[in-house]
Amino acid sequence: MALAQADVLAGLKEIVEEVAGIPAGSIEMAKNFTEDLEVDSLSMVEVIVAAEERFGVKIPDEAVTDLATVGDAVNFIVNAAK
Amino acid sequence: MAARRVVVTGLGATTPLGGEVATTWSALLAGRSGVRLLTEDWAQTIPVRFAARVALEPSEQMERVELRRLDRSEQFAVIASREAWRDAGSPEMDKERLGVVIASGIGGVTTLLDQYDILHERGARLVSPHTVPMLMPNGPAAHVGLELQAKAGVHTPVSACASGAEAIGYGLEMIRNNRADIVLSGGVEAAIHAMPMSGFAAMKALSTRNDDPVRASRPYDLNRDGFVLGEGGGVLVLEEYEHARARGAKIYCELAGQGLTSDGYHIAAPDPDGTGVQRALKFALRDAGLSTREIVHLNAHATSTPAGDIAEANALCAALGPDVDHVAVSATKSMTGHLLGGAGAMESVFIVKSLQDRLAPPTINIDDLDPAVLIDVVRDKPRALPSGDIAALNDSFGFGGHNVVLVFKSL
Repeated sequence: MALAQADVLAGLKEIVEEVAGIPAGSIEMAKNFTEDLEVDSLSMVEVIVAAEERFGVKIPDEAVTDLATVGDAVNFIVNAAK
Repeated sequence: MAARRVVVTGLGATTPLGGEVATTWSALLAGRSGVRLLTEDWAQTIPVRFAARVALEPSEQMERVELRRLDRSEQFAVIASREAWRDAGSPEMDKERLGVVIASGIGGVTTLLDQYDILHERGARLVSPHTVPMLMPNGPAAHVGLELQAKAGVHTPVSACASGAEAIGYGLEMIRNNRADIVLSGGVEAAIHAMPMSGFAAMKALSTRNDDPVRASRPYDLNRDGFVLGEGGGVLVLEEYEHARARGAKIYCELAGQGLTSDGYHIAAPDPDGTGVQRALKFALRDAGLSTREIVHLNAHATSTPAGDIAEANALCAALGPDVDHVAVSATKSMTGHLLGGAGAMESVFIVKSLQDRLAPPTINIDDLDPAVLIDVVRDKPRALPSGDIAALNDSFGFGGHNVVLVFKSL
């Protein structure tokens, strides 16, 4: 099932806000999870698992290390859903 | 170098009677009970359907993300520590001289059980990555240490229902030994859940007075039938006396000594001879440089179990001798329920308030005083304590045969 980038971004914002308490308004494609949003390693695991559930995709552990920014995660999810 | 003395300069608590020290203390003096019927579905399936939940839910005092990452016991520790630290004036200090000793009897047991359910129902991938930091018994101390950037040492003594008192004694030694100038010390517990309650019920340790929960915790009453599980905790800011004076801190009283022993008798039952309790009390007085004459108040362990209350009362009579007649004994678990690892800490907060206000809190629910109880129990209404220099004791005991006695002294 194809997913629109805008929908994935909106969903991811909700997850990051829920898991890490970061206001959705400050979450943008270019933001780095660790440096800009201060999402720690444990919360990142929560974000990934919640995203898998929500978007029905698999995000392997090997891929997670490459997801530095919100945009990286959005694009990975969009591609994985194709 | 002169011996380093330790004083109390801050208090914090979240209890079945109030969200902080002030509301808890006024409810305690008014003789109110924090015990309620449990309304959760699971509670309808177990033999004991009541407990003493905290009066103010953590969700009303903490950010959503904190609630998500902290076990309930850790939430209590952070809430009580924030209050205690504020009460101490949020001291500016070298954080390498700040310690934290916060105990819990069981640790993050509700997290463990909830995540076990998730593992079985939804699989390993959905087990929270926060599970281990939430269930570890040192989690409450660790989170408080992290928040305050404490670097002198963060510790968690575990001795079941004596844990909270033991933590305060550990804090006393950290300051005496010159490892720290300030130590936040206390205890918390959050074990109101079907599983631990079923375990305690299987031991026949809990009251089964389901038809009258408010009257179920009745220490020293002839018809007592077990303890009532409570939750919450208390935290004291302990500080080296000269350090407190130098910064002009408000000083409540002195933590003058502690005594620790073990029974070597039974894993859960109290030693009916109570020699372990007597020795702990004597060691504590010796450590404080006091005699039995100076003790005017004792906040008892008295959980409302048939065997425990009488063993303690007899041990107090033996250890205090004729001086037991001028010791006003309060059994505040009649109102708060039993906070397990939080009990000795919350009750130490009560003792500090008793010394400050010169009032021993009441013991409620004694309809017929057990005639075997020969100590002077404060019943129904608070009782005034003498003016002048006075001292008070907290005794706490834990499954495993742990005995802890703390001595607090007016300044």
